[in-house]
Amino acid sequence: MKKINVNINGIDVVVPEGTTILNAAKKVHIDIPTLCYHPDQKIKGSCRVCIVEVEGQSTFSAACCTPVRNGMRIKTNTKKVREARKTILELILADHNCDCLTCIRNGNCELQILCEEHNIDTISFDKVVKLLPINDKNPAIVRDESKCIKCGRCVEVCNEVQGIGAIYNINRSCEMKIGTAYDKELKNVKCTYCGQCINVCPVGAIYEKSNIDEVWQALEDDNKHVVVQMAPAVRVSLGEKFGMQPGSIVTGKIVSFLRKIGFDKVFDTNFTADLTIIEEGNELLHRINNNGKLPMITSCSPGWIRFIEYFYPELLDHLSTCKSPQQMFGALAKTYYAEKFNINPENIVVVSIMPCTAKKAEALREEMSDSGYQDIDVVLTTRELARLIKQSRIRIEELKEEDFDSPFGITTGAAAIFGATGGVMEAALRTVYEEVTGEELKNIDFKNLRGINGFKEGTVKVGEIDVKVAVVNGLKNARMILEMIKQGKADYHFIEVMCCPGGCIGGGGQPRGTNDIKKKRIEAIYKVDIQSAIRKSHDNPVIKTLYKEFLTKPLGYKSHKLLHTHYKDRSDI
Amino acid sequence: MAAKNVKEGEVAMNMDKRIIKIIEKIGKTSDKLIEILLEVQKQSDENYITEKELKIISKELRIPLSKVYGVASFYSMLSTKKRGKYVVQICNSAPCYVKNSKEVAKFFEAALGIKMGEITEDGLFSLEFTSCIGACDLAPAVKINEEIYGNLDRDKIYKIIDSLRKEEK
Amino acid sequence: MVSFVSSLCGKISPLSLKEYKDNGGFDGLQKAIFHMKPHEVVKVIEDSNLKGRGGAAFPTGLKWKFISMENSDEKYIICNADEGEPGTFKDKILLDGCPLQIIEGMIIAAYATKANKGYIYIRGEYPKTREILLKAVEILRDEGYLGDNILGQEFSFDIDIRSGAGAYVCGEETALIESIEGNPGRSRFKPPYPPSEGLWRKPTLVNNVETLANVPLILSFGADEFKKYGTEGSRGTKLISVSGNVVNRGVFEIELGTTLKEIIYDICGGTLKDKKLKFIQLGGSSGACIPQSLLDIRLDFDELRKYSIGLGSGAILVVDESTCIIDFIKNTMEFFKHESCGKCTPCREGNRHIIKILDRIQGGEGSERDIELLKNISLLMKEASLCGLGQAAPTAIFTTLKYFGDEYKEHLKGYCRCGICDMKGREECK
Repeated sequence: MKKINVNINGIDVVVPEGTTILNAAKKVHIDIPTLCYHPDQKIKGSCRVCIVEVEGQSTFSAACCTPVRNGMRIKTNTKKVREARKTILELILADHNCDCLTCIRNGNCELQILCEEHNIDTISFDKVVKLLPINDKNPAIVRDESKCIKCGRCVEVCNEVQGIGAIYNINRSCEMKIGTAYDKELKNVKCTYCGQCINVCPVGAIYEKSNIDEVWQALEDDNKHVVVQMAPAVRVSLGEKFGMQPGSIVTGKIVSFLRKIGFDKVFDTNFTADLTIIEEGNELLHRINNNGKLPMITSCSPGWIRFIEYFYPELLDHLSTCKSPQQMFGALAKTYYAEKFNINPENIVVVSIMPCTAKKAEALREEMSDSGYQDIDVVLTTRELARLIKQSRIRIEELKEEDFDSPFGITTGAAAIFGATGGVMEAALRTVYEEVTGEELKNIDFKNLRGINGFKEGTVKVGEIDVKVAVVNGLKNARMILEMIKQGKADYHFIEVMCCPGGCIGGGGQPRGTNDIKKKRIEAIYKVDIQSAIRKSHDNPVIKTLYKEFLTKPLGYKSHKLLHTHYKDRSDI
Repeated sequence: MAAKNVKEGEVAMNMDKRIIKIIEKIGKTSDKLIEILLEVQKQSDENYITEKELKIISKELRIPLSKVYGVASFYSMLSTKKRGKYVVQICNSAPCYVKNSKEVAKFFEAALGIKMGEITEDGLFSLEFTSCIGACDLAPAVKINEEIYGNLDRDKIYKIIDSLRKEEK
Repeated sequence: MVSFVSSLCGKISPLSLKEYKDNGGFDGLQKAIFHMKPHEVVKVIEDSNLKGRGGAAFPTGLKWKFISMENSDEKYIICNADEGEPGTFKDKILLDGCPLQIIEGMIIAAYATKANKGYIYIRGEYPKTREILLKAVEILRDEGYLGDNILGQEFSFDIDIRSGAGAYVCGEETALIESIEGNPGRSRFKPPYPPSEGLWRKPTLVNNVETLANVPLILSFGADEFKKYGTEGSRGTKLISVSGNVVNRGVFEIELGTTLKEIIYDICGGTLKDKKLKFIQLGGSSGACIPQSLLDIRLDFDELRKYSIGLGSGAILVVDESTCIIDFIKNTMEFFKHESCGKCTPCREGNRHIIKILDRIQGGEGSERDIELLKNISLLMKEASLCGLGQAAPTAIFTTLKYFGDEYKEHLKGYCRCGICDMKGREECK
């Protein structure tokens, strides 16, 4: 590739043709501020915060979208540049609700940081921001238009990564805003509550609905028996919110914390992930042996469930009828657990800590009360857990690691990998193989199904049959595989679909992170697996006890009542 | 009641068919969105595109409703709100402005008894400003649906409105 | 006045292929496809020194060359007929008067650059012109000028008509491309430029109507004949659209190099009722406001550049002394506020703050600081906006501050010499 010589702030640098000014500057450790730019997204070039001076040019160039030319001489931090950037920021602030102290992003807002760095001490322009009511009439996502800076990141993720298009740019000029058709509430449009928009928003314009207060309230209520479950992806990402390296595993510290603030029992969603594998594995075998609907598709990702209900209701019978691990947990907590420990289920409060915003909506589905009560009472995201920790003033870094409580605390490595794309499939194959062949699976690492790629496939010989599987993550890829099914081009037996790019570790309730950070989380997930004493779901002794004492058998009567569900055609919305 | 529902159903069906026909005539690809929106609006007596129509277009072209709405809201000739059968667009760009387009707007407001942005009670007229319509040699000018009227003064404006009203009778 | 590019307008029946051919129509195309190689056609256009007539005055031949050098089996020709610059109505004259000439220009461009598909993007405000174009394309398709194997040659090209829907920004080529793709017309950042990545990210030639109308003539008469018109640096003729407080309004064809004074007084008969001319705005609302004292300027690209003025679309708006500068500028900025696409910060936010400041000044509450803010925002828009719309929007502010600074100052003191602004501390002007 052709090399280009440029000079930035007096420093010569050689870069390949096509490199942007921004990246060329990075190479020589020159930091140019950005706002609409996001490393995992297309370049937008719209906020203009990254403007720089180019010698011989009467106008500025935006560093994010301007490729360098040979001999270009660039200045990134002149008085002229600084003043223009300041004016741009002030223009943004004039149309921004600057109530930083009461903003959810106080302290981690990209705009706030830029303002600090640019010494913004006043806004020269009239305030033009419209303080409209906050949109929060849905279970999961809050939108505050007064904070929106129109960077377009959420629109890109919703339309191009997830392929949904619940939101788009509406109107033009200064009336331009990000919104739904006819300004409808999110619950009245085809929004899956995946929360990917939240993860890319640089400011506090879109965020999860907080349920923290409900948790504190339950914990202070002596009449309540409050139990908590934590999903596999939470433990490999929470540390980032406390200055730890991405990929730090903080399971024991979180357990310790949750116990400290008064949860009666601290359980692991991984337990019901193991249970999901048993039920789903058996469902798959049942379908294969009885000419059932194939390919069967996983059902543990609630954003994905909403997606197929909205856009492909005609394919709903491909979905496994298994509830998600979160919901299996809730159903068991208020039945099996309540009976076993003689607790009135009416007094049990089940809290989930999930990497996911869609889980908040899932918990409220009317089907999810098979225990006779709403199975899951409160869902917190990983980010909310971080806020809960800060609010408690307990220093999580200093806590000793503790173990989960029994019975739902003994789990396997197979369950741990649910948190990464390909994990459910890998866990299922470990079990299905041994179930069918009766032989021990020697190499249990299905490495070709791992990693952040949007689409992966493989074939595994299980006894007589070559089981053909596919793994997709991100809803645009999900759409692709559903189209393949519709056209009869998907001759798979089993497909794993995760709503969020990278799987749950990239969930809409996770600390904001780029693809590089997601990769670190995935590595950590597999480290948890490797370090587990048991790595196959069907080897989990407590699962065996559960079937013996309560469920009797996979796909049995009680399983059907508590652990399986049905779906709805929501295409009409 | 039942009969009424059947009728409503039929009307809805006919609308579906009408829109689908337009789409098939223009072409069922996403790049034709603007052309389709213009045509659907043109066939409306109220000069706008209804939510139901937008939904059919969204479904047929497989474009998210938010985007179809976003496009409709971007272009000033497209409307998602009801307008008059005759949309009076008063040019307020510079060449008409120096020829007193502000007065023209006032005359229309007085003649129709409505303000800019409003619709007459009988639904016949609505008033709005437009950017340059290329009739600068006839400034001040207005566009009423597809017709241009130029060199306007008070008398001419009243005459235009009268003649359009007569046409409707 | 001359008659070159518009010579057939009004002379022949616009949709008569026979009349067009009887008057030399399609001579240029025949010459090109029967006697010339594509690169030779590009060369002729380069030799003519034709510059884009849409506003940017980019050398047409060079643009053609860029596209012809692109290696792609999918290339597009777009005729930019989104004539939205206020005060400009000259493309309409050509489109209504001689649509076949423009299409011939497109076919020649397609042959020269090896494109196989063309679009005419006609502004939504010209519905009748759109009907004419639809018919013209149909006629030419029937007669073998469009479609497969044009005139029996191994050359295929067809044209679709696409309508705008009321967005000035779609005159900007990348916004126009977005609009053809069915999107809101929001400009893309450049580079990449359309010749390398345009419609559907394929090499695309976007030329203005008047530019394309010149092409058949240059081909049939030769570059030298074309170059007989105009000046050394500015060859050919130009259609100018004259409007405002002037006796004769309309579209006139002039030789480049003609002075503004000649146009206004000799061709257009001077101001109405002999009122004093205050300024003319050249090139539409994004153009410079030029005072009486500079009317000797020639419409010549090089000369205009010396004054940092662009010819733009060639619109000339004549404004007499009864118009208040501040009120005029506010009207201009309201236009840009209405038409900004909303994508980049300076343009989306800048226009409305400029209007707020002008409101203050008109209401008698303006201060020196407001003038500073006005300059600040305008400069930011000019230097940091993503596309030409935002960059050019404050041109009228800069030029009126320069030439009519006194009138701004008067307003700060609570005086409007035209009696237009109501200085009672009210927000709104009468």
